[in-house]
Amino acid sequence: MHVVVCVKAVPSTTEVRMDTVTHTIVRDGRQAVINPFDTAALELALRIKDAAGEKGAPAEPVSVSVLSMGIPDTERLLRDALSRGADAAVLLSDRAFAGADTLATSYALACGLAQMPPADLVLCGKMAVDGDTAQIGPEIAGALGVPCVTDVRELAEVGAGRVRVWRGCEGGTELAEAPLPAVLTVAKEAADLRMPSIAGVRFGERARVRVLDAPAAGADPARCGLAGSPTQVVRSFVPQRTSVAVRVEGTVAEQAAQVADLIEGMTL
Amino acid sequence: MSGLVVDAARCVGCRRCEKACATAGIVVEGRLARVTEGCVLCGACVEACPVGALHIEKGAAADAADLAAWQGVWVFCEQDAGAVLPVVFELVAKARELAAARGCAVTAVLGTGADDVALGAGGPADAACARLLAGGADAVLLCRDERLAQRDAEPYAAWLAELARERKPEIILCGATPFGRELAPGVAVRLQTGLTADCTVLEIDPATGLLQQTRPAFGGNLMATIACPAHRPQMATVRPGVFAGLVGAGGAGDADGLAAPVVEDLLARVSEVALDPRATSHVRVLERRLLAEGASIAEAPVLVVAGRGIGSKKNLALVRRLAELLGGEVGCTRPLVEMGWLAYRHQVGQTGVSVAPKLLVALGVSGAIQHLAGIGGAQTVIAVNEDPEAPIMAAATYAVQADCVAFAQELTTRLEG
Ligand SMILES: Cc1cc2nc3c(=O)[nH]c(=O)nc-3n(C[C@H](O)[C@H](O)[C@H](O)COP(=O)(O)OP(=O)(O)OC[C@H]3O[C@@H](n4cnc5c(N)ncnc54)[C@H](O)[C@@H]3O)c2cc1C
Repeated sequence: MHVVVCVKAVPSTTEVRMDTVTHTIVRDGRQAVINPFDTAALELALRIKDAAGEKGAPAEPVSVSVLSMGIPDTERLLRDALSRGADAAVLLSDRAFAGADTLATSYALACGLAQMPPADLVLCGKMAVDGDTAQIGPEIAGALGVPCVTDVRELAEVGAGRVRVWRGCEGGTELAEAPLPAVLTVAKEAADLRMPSIAGVRFGERARVRVLDAPAAGADPARCGLAGSPTQVVRSFVPQRTSVAVRVEGTVAEQAAQVADLIEGMTL
Repeated sequence: MSGLVVDAARCVGCRRCEKACATAGIVVEGRLARVTEGCVLCGACVEACPVGALHIEKGAAADAADLAAWQGVWVFCEQDAGAVLPVVFELVAKARELAAARGCAVTAVLGTGADDVALGAGGPADAACARLLAGGADAVLLCRDERLAQRDAEPYAAWLAELARERKPEIILCGATPFGRELAPGVAVRLQTGLTADCTVLEIDPATGLLQQTRPAFGGNLMATIACPAHRPQMATVRPGVFAGLVGAGGAGDADGLAAPVVEDLLARVSEVALDPRATSHVRVLERRLLAEGASIAEAPVLVVAGRGIGSKKNLALVRRLAELLGGEVGCTRPLVEMGWLAYRHQVGQTGVSVAPKLLVALGVSGAIQHLAGIGGAQTVIAVNEDPEAPIMAAATYAVQADCVAFAQELTTRLEG
């Protein structure tokens, strides 16, 4: 069985600060990390692999690949994934991919998947901390024409041509079953990514990361990057805090009285 | 030619762009920014530029005649156990505004399982359609099919995409519920069109007639307005509660008191459509575990959110009591989850749950950017913090500078009394 985990390099959000003078975001772009939701997806994939290696497990071996679209430096993060137990890595990197919205990104990732051994399971993070659209997983599933289960909290069972997972639903969780191949998007709480082993670190250093440009990925340039993105950012702006907060003054008892009145006046 | 463009007249050479760039895609030489081969058009520099000297330009003009064939605003109508969700009525009300600006009609698109009784026989589908029409829809497209009974997004996406190809709506709106967030991308990718998630403002640009979709970016500190100029339909999702104010109290969508002939009249505006025989449902739900303790905080009308400022775990009892008195739920910041005080599902924020209550009371919360990212949908925020400079105090509607535990005690006593 082949499990592919799609990962994205995101700025380490701890670095995000607001410039108090210009009210713009100060980003130190140099420090990228794997999107935290994707690390949970990777851990789930590695657990599937571990389970297949256990004594008494059905004999189908599992291999885990990581796939990313990003700048050449993303290779560093893919090596990190290899050091933690992934078997192979593919990086889609080309200026043609630049400026992609979710449609163009899911297209590129689908092209990447087509260049790899057929995947039985594609795992994505539920969302990326920088984009926060949660669209990539369902769009890949739509592009591949396979089922999608989002917000996976726990993997119950995989094998015999199907996967069973607990996923978030209104007011709780539900056990959902889908035939393979399928796309799953993984919640952050599903798993914490393991640390690399010493052998893993060595493997991560030595292993080959396959870097594909757009032609090598068989991608149509018209569907990639900015050119292939239907959506366009018209403008971005710092939100005007429409109401400067009204200060509630007085002793604690007076403040509580005012707030109680406020709440009473609302239709909740 | 498309790409990152520097406006030389505006650029002051401050180097903020250079610092923001992860790929050495922009450098400042002689007090002027220059784009290099390294640029990946991520837009980080555009956000960082304090003087608006940078923008990303895109070529490709659309074929106007093709685009003009797409007309009307559709609202996807999600339902749960036969009842149309409140977010749908919020979207129908917003769709009315957009349709007025475009001079077109609003169509509600409703799918349901085949076991629902025939239209006009007074079944749940009748009630749902009547409510949608009373709530502002001009017409309903109804599909009753066994494959839509399981709430699997795949057959729904196939259905909506096919229907949109055939009938060409200009705009499709969908609630950003767990199901809607799975469905909308499936429709967008099948139609090869753009989709903007979690919009907080939707309006028609009077000059271009395009749908301007504004959403919070980067933890809510930046708003981005997004358009889909050359592809149709223009698709957007909106979180429940964001447009809640648009729905008139008790009025819109309330068809329960309507006389039978009126309902019959309304139902004349319902068209039944079929689902493509090739569409299949693959995902089956085998079992559901509903949480006994409390409802989901995402949908809660009132939230009391506890931060590290509550001091100790035992004060959670007070927080719970206050939430109970207000008819709401308890949320918290990440450190409380990390300390094991509350389960992850209570965490509000970028890596927790985005919430949209009518009232949010924040007790001892500092208002870190990642936390604020999750409370953008709240209508009224009352922040209680000792520190008047805490970011939450600026983001709030009402700022109470006080000890949050003493304040919560006082407030609880008052509400109890
Ligand atoms: C990648 C990433 C993702 C994150 N995601 C989230 C997320 O989803 N949600 C989230 O909440 N955080 C998130 N965080 C953490 C976030 O950055 C903050 O650390 C966190 O929100 C702070 O929680 P807090 O407000 O409870 O604590 P603090 O920042 O410690 O604030 C405590 C506040 O309480 C006030 N206070 C103290 N004592 C009292 C008192 N007696 N009475 C009144 N006020 C008092 C203080 O003035 C202070 O403002 C994330 C961080 C990272 C790096």
